[in-house]
Amino acid sequence: MMINKLLHLNPKLFKPTLEHVPNRKGFGDGLYNVGTANKQVVAVCADLEESTQMNTFAKAFPERFIEVGVAEQNLVTVASGLAAAGKVPFVTSYAAFSPGRNWEQIRTTICLNDQPVKIVGSHAGVSVGPDGATHQMLEDIALMRTLPNMIVVVPCDYHEARRATEALAKIKQPAYLRLAREKTAAITTERTPFAIGKAQVLWEGSDITVVACGPLVYEALVAAKQLAAHGVSVEVINSPTVKPLDHVTILRSAKKTKAVITVEEAQVNGGLGGAVAELLGEQYPVPMYRIGVRDRFGQSGTLAELWDEYELNAQHIEKHIYSLLARKPQ
Amino acid sequence: MTTEKLELLANSIRQDIIEMLIEAGSGHTAGPLGLADIFAALYGKVLIHDPKKPDWPDRDRLILSNGHVVPVRYAAMAEVGYFPKAELKSLRRFGSRLQGHPERLRLPGLESTSGPLGSGLSQAGGMAYAFRMDGRKHVRVYCVTGDGELQEGNVWEAAMFIGKNRLSNLTMIIDRNNIQIDGPTESVMPLEPLGMKFQAFGWHVIEVDGHNIEQIEAACEQAKAIFEKPTCIIAHTIAGKGVDFIEYDFRWHGYDPTGDTSDKLRDYRHALSELRTLHGKIKSEHE
Repeated sequence: MMINKLLHLNPKLFKPTLEHVPNRKGFGDGLYNVGTANKQVVAVCADLEESTQMNTFAKAFPERFIEVGVAEQNLVTVASGLAAAGKVPFVTSYAAFSPGRNWEQIRTTICLNDQPVKIVGSHAGVSVGPDGATHQMLEDIALMRTLPNMIVVVPCDYHEARRATEALAKIKQPAYLRLAREKTAAITTERTPFAIGKAQVLWEGSDITVVACGPLVYEALVAAKQLAAHGVSVEVINSPTVKPLDHVTILRSAKKTKAVITVEEAQVNGGLGGAVAELLGEQYPVPMYRIGVRDRFGQSGTLAELWDEYELNAQHIEKHIYSLLARKPQ
Repeated sequence: MTTEKLELLANSIRQDIIEMLIEAGSGHTAGPLGLADIFAALYGKVLIHDPKKPDWPDRDRLILSNGHVVPVRYAAMAEVGYFPKAELKSLRRFGSRLQGHPERLRLPGLESTSGPLGSGLSQAGGMAYAFRMDGRKHVRVYCVTGDGELQEGNVWEAAMFIGKNRLSNLTMIIDRNNIQIDGPTESVMPLEPLGMKFQAFGWHVIEVDGHNIEQIEAACEQAKAIFEKPTCIIAHTIAGKGVDFIEYDFRWHGYDPTGDTSDKLRDYRHALSELRTLHGKIKSEHE
């Protein structure tokens, strides 16, 4: 096995009994934990209490739960004011609406104004499924990554979302946490280390590097395992923090493998793919391919149908690995 | 501060504004002049604050939503001692703490960063909500907005939120000067009946002459005595107030309607001399 044993990943990782849990639930449990630990934490909600998993917090701390209704511009600007008065606000909606609708307010009243608001965008990616393109937010990573003073975190699973929520509550800086709707593979465990700004090598290899974030990290791992049986050594890096990107870990791997693929459930333009391309283009150019949504909108369908259509699943990742290996100078 | 002193303060603020804009060579003219009396009343009397301790936790908060009128705030802050008046001349210059639109991180005492319209009221609402949560309702939150910016949807989201939560520790002051960049508000996009709109959103509404300092003060006092609702003070103002050829002319929203530098400077010098004359009048009336 090429799995990184130091990370205490789920021992059932490739077994049929592997648990599947939505990472938004990890946020909900993390929010309850930070609410318990810090009385200044407040939750601000835009009519999506249950689907953004604020209900546990709301039930436990009703006096710190603020409902603004269907008003995403107000959601983030009220939060800016709450933060200015000493609170640690977490604000949730669907990513299509926040930061989709309220980007300018985030830019001016949170980033430039330096208020430590945590913006949580749920139901991101095509995996939202039947709701279709309007609700499948794909541009949020690009939108948030270009903002000075903003941290961007895309957790791969339940535990990572919980840990990210707990870590962000302690950072006096604006942050964006991107979540998905569907149940996805539980890759990490309670014992897996986590830190904002750190990427981790989940699977060690030497022929090609795959840098992934979000639920598709699991697809990258499945691809790496299958290719190992065919003699292809893939290194899989989980990079939940898209900004600030962990340059050290990614460059070290790129220097070893000299070929890099990125995987994300978002527009590759400006997304994780964009971030890694910028890094490598400036510091260590190697052949590269960005897996993700490539300048298209989503559509209705099941998760499986859509991950196939947009070439995001393990099978497509394997295909693109072979293509890139063919382009790699020998 | 007596009413007379506040009127003198307002006049000094107007002179500062004209001098700053001559020095800066760009910026908004009419709005800041129209707000001079309101800012004199706020900084000279209404606000509980300490210019030497801009981070004092119990200070009243003043959120300026229409950031483009910030010269009036800078002038008022300098007049009451937040920073030396000489610094006003750095307005809009590279490296200045007095940015073209206000930035909280650059100058202590600004409370928020603004410019893009329509977002100040929500921030004020968030602050007022937090102070009430913490049992610190004695900290009052004031939010000054323009009238044209009330066309932003974000304002009405905020008005609903503040009305729903009965944030009586919040006072909004609308600079109702009836002008915006493209012309009179009522032809660009009508706002009336403005008072009834805020009443319908659960607010207590007071209409005042925005150049009558006693009325402004009295309205702010009345707002403190109302415990069941937030208060919206609609302050009727004349854009460019104090300089007769700027008054009422929407073209002075920006800097210069002629585009000719020598004319521009001549106009501003004329404005300044007019204000100095006015300053003399006020003195003679009250001394």
